[in-house]
Amino acid sequence: MKKKIFNKTAKLASASMIVASCLLAGSALAKDTVKVGVVSFLTGPAAGVFGVPAKQGAQIVIDAINNGTMPAPYNTQGFAGAKMNPVFSDESGGGTKQVGLFRDFVEKQKVDAMIGYISSGNCMAIGPIADELKMLTIFSTCGTPRLYEEKLRSHVFRTQANAVGDSLAAARYIVDMYPNEKNYTGINQNYAWGQDSYKFFELGMKQMSPDSKGSDKPQFPKLFVGQYGTEISALSLDKAKVVHSSFWNGDIEAFTLQAMVRGFFQKKIFVSSVGGSAVDALDKKFPDGIVMGTRGNVGLLARDNKDPLNMWFISEYKKRFNALPLGPSYQYARSILAYKFAMDKAMKKAGKFPTQDQVIAAMKNIKFKSFTETISMARGGGHQAVHSVGYGLTKYNKKGKTPGAEKVKMYGPECIYPPAGTKSEDWINAGMPGAKCK
Amino acid sequence: MQFWATVLLDGLTYASYLFIVSLGLTIIFGVMKILNVAHGSFYAWGAYTAAFAIGFITDNDLSEALFLPAILISAILVGVVLGYIIERFILRKMYNQDIHLIVLATFGVFLIFEDLIIITFGVDPYLPYQPAMMLGWIDIVGLNRGVYQLTLILLASIVAFVCWYGLTKTKWGKLLQSVIYDREISVAMGIDVTKVYVVTFIGGAILGALGGAYVAPTTSVSPGFAIDLVVLSFAVVVIGGMGSIPGALIGSLIVGILRAFAVHQAPILELFVVFAVMAIVLIIRPEGLFAPPKPRKI
Amino acid sequence: MFTGIFKDTSVRILITFMIVLCILSSFVLPDWMQNNFMYGLSRGLAILGLMLLWRTNLVSFGHALYYGFGAYAVALCQKYFGITDILLRFAIAVIAAGILGFCLGFILRKYREIFFAMLSLAFSMVLYGLLAKAEFLGSTDGMSISPSTLFGMELTRQYLFYLITFFVICAAISIQAYLRSTLGHLTTAIQDNEIRVEYLGYSVQKAIHIKYVMSACLAGGAGGLMAASLGQVDPDSMVNWNVSGELVFITIMSGWGNILAPFIGAIIFEFIRTYAFEWAPQAWAAIVGGTLLTIIFFFPGGIWSVIEKVFNYGKKKDVK
Repeated sequence: MKKKIFNKTAKLASASMIVASCLLAGSALAKDTVKVGVVSFLTGPAAGVFGVPAKQGAQIVIDAINNGTMPAPYNTQGFAGAKMNPVFSDESGGGTKQVGLFRDFVEKQKVDAMIGYISSGNCMAIGPIADELKMLTIFSTCGTPRLYEEKLRSHVFRTQANAVGDSLAAARYIVDMYPNEKNYTGINQNYAWGQDSYKFFELGMKQMSPDSKGSDKPQFPKLFVGQYGTEISALSLDKAKVVHSSFWNGDIEAFTLQAMVRGFFQKKIFVSSVGGSAVDALDKKFPDGIVMGTRGNVGLLARDNKDPLNMWFISEYKKRFNALPLGPSYQYARSILAYKFAMDKAMKKAGKFPTQDQVIAAMKNIKFKSFTETISMARGGGHQAVHSVGYGLTKYNKKGKTPGAEKVKMYGPECIYPPAGTKSEDWINAGMPGAKCK
Repeated sequence: MQFWATVLLDGLTYASYLFIVSLGLTIIFGVMKILNVAHGSFYAWGAYTAAFAIGFITDNDLSEALFLPAILISAILVGVVLGYIIERFILRKMYNQDIHLIVLATFGVFLIFEDLIIITFGVDPYLPYQPAMMLGWIDIVGLNRGVYQLTLILLASIVAFVCWYGLTKTKWGKLLQSVIYDREISVAMGIDVTKVYVVTFIGGAILGALGGAYVAPTTSVSPGFAIDLVVLSFAVVVIGGMGSIPGALIGSLIVGILRAFAVHQAPILELFVVFAVMAIVLIIRPEGLFAPPKPRKI
Repeated sequence: MFTGIFKDTSVRILITFMIVLCILSSFVLPDWMQNNFMYGLSRGLAILGLMLLWRTNLVSFGHALYYGFGAYAVALCQKYFGITDILLRFAIAVIAAGILGFCLGFILRKYREIFFAMLSLAFSMVLYGLLAKAEFLGSTDGMSISPSTLFGMELTRQYLFYLITFFVICAAISIQAYLRSTLGHLTTAIQDNEIRVEYLGYSVQKAIHIKYVMSACLAGGAGGLMAASLGQVDPDSMVNWNVSGELVFITIMSGWGNILAPFIGAIIFEFIRTYAFEWAPQAWAAIVGGTLLTIIFFFPGGIWSVIEKVFNYGKKKDVK
């Protein structure tokens, strides 16, 4: 009996050793390419209107940089000379699954950096893991302020400004354009992004319009639920006319259609902080008169911006994908630009191909040229970007047969973000001292 | 007053499509004693097929009057094809097996069909809102209501009536009732139980698909949207009584109205309240509120 | 109950297997493989619990309740009490789940078959509903878990691996000891004929209650270890009904023949998952469904029955 067991164990042990060494052999890496994981929603309700345009935006810029065909100031070839080999991965399945995949990317696929992530929930999950595994990670889209306000990060950067600005700019727009509307409510997705967006909208309204009143029953349906019949009824019952929403992905489309069928938008002033994707998806069916934001000077609100880098991006995107770039396309492309900027800067300083620590040091506090403005990584200890945020009223451009916006107002970063080192909530409650708005 | 009317109407709408879906599930359980997790597949495929058909009609500018037939035909098509495939190739081989294994097999089938949806229809959500748009809205107690949602309530009532009539007044209905009560005696009396099983399963499948197809214009049809519904229809069937049709009706009403009430009053309880009731009913009356009487066999 | 446990063949094979794993992981295995083994072993604990119930002819469709409860207990203890010690975490997960199992067991032990399954499902969805909506518990984002420590010192992943194998060995030995005891033999007896067991003088309900608590402890421990290995918990991957379905799937796939079966099955599952995500991420659900159907139709005894045939093991013994 003992001999039999020993034999079996030996068989098992040798089998595993052979398997293991085979797997190990295939993981050697070359150094004139950098392998970067790019994560966005490739399946599910967030794919078509968010994740896929994001990936496409990244692809345009990656290919252009790899070939050296980007206009100035990014017209040098490669990332510190190296070509990028992007590995596109699906962000769906929840934070726990993404954490597992992240570990896999770092330990099995041996990437040089990770870029992307749309959902705030995933960013909150990945952030600590990125620091734990010491992997340079650039978040492109997720907006929760908790990422840097609860704790500073060593290896995580974010090239997209957080939800505080989106919500404060929305509040400012309402106060500027609809000063007589005193009651507001909201419908936001029940997770970090939605909860934070509404919280800061409410804080902003309280400060900027002290006699305004928030509803005691704002709606927080589950992310991706897609069916809003009961919620629309509840909002319709509420006497508040202003309805704030940070809905993104397929949810904003579903909500808009379901609400439109019931004449919701005739009775309410709907403020959508990131619903631009629905505007493009629904085209001329999208109702006019919706207060629409795009989380920056991107997407819908940047269609007419004459910056040469912007015009190049729009025309390249249209040529390759036969569509106009959306907000997420800009967000992901912007992260790639930041990565190149930091890599080039680090190589210049080090005189040779930079190590990850050198790239991280180079990326801190950079100011890099993006498609419509220069973005500075001026918060979160030099890891978090701030930029302007705009809102406008949707108005379909009948002549050009494209969606468009009117009465657009842009709010600069000094107007809607707290100064470095101050927590957003404290800053707002103190009356937003030092804010510089037009 | 307006609040209660709204809650009631919202609850009724939700209950209507829960009822249509759960009816199929409970009938299948009653006749075949199988808890069919793959019922969610009928719902999902029905919705997708209807969405696809509606999209096709809209893109080709065909008459809007085609919407309703398109939805009904999608439901019947999905029910017959999927129902037959599952019954013939999977279930028929398993009738004598442990009930847990049958449930797990249907779970496996559900997973496969969920993936097939992605392969067939892609990953983007479908928003076939055109039929809902066509019917517009009306004002009820100061609130705009989609007329389409109200027709859903009408549909559920029609389905309920047809089932009641079919089961109690027709010959087939009596055969079904006999098989529900006791399979062995039915076989002994010469009823072709296999045929009854096939017809029941396909009928239940059509009902599930109808629920999905009819609800498609009011929601976002995307992969995975059936998952929540499967477990909710389980709750309905359990609360009402597995195998009981009036049970399915009462169960869906309870679940629908409770949920609507929770969303309006205490949104944090929305998911919790339905399953809490399910647990309570299972504890107090495990057979459900309206279960058919079951003699104990030694 | 524990006398002569180390002479038991299954226990010996299990210990050898674990030691081999530890040696491999120290010297040969790449990090990602080690991760998979860690997840597989942790999840295997939950499967062991489910196997215990399955032998009594009870299938719980809601075991993600304890799995998730253990995981969240660990997360909450970190958030509110700052506990990061791995021994404490494991203990908390097991005890918390055990207490919950003990309370719910009073209700569940009266039910059989489909009602047991449905009621366990209902309870797990109640927890899911609470977690998914409660903002202070992270709602659908869940919570982060920082790396574990041991007696105040930082715990590297290598040592976490060793500790997990240690916990697994302890749990498996306990279960094997239980199965060899009188109460353990009741398991198959209850499956055959409950009335007779009652006539023999044993309380069926009490026996089931004990098994239920044990399986709850195991599932809770599994959740706690998963939380510690992954670093993140959220309701959709720990408490939702398709997690329960997954656990039951692995149970069926592993087979119920031996205490080693759950761990082998769970490890294989992790590897299939890794490769499926890399090569065919869209087809993952179909792979699970297809495998489930294949097992049900062609290998009802699970992978263990295949191993038994290949190694010609235990052919004369009764089910152990």
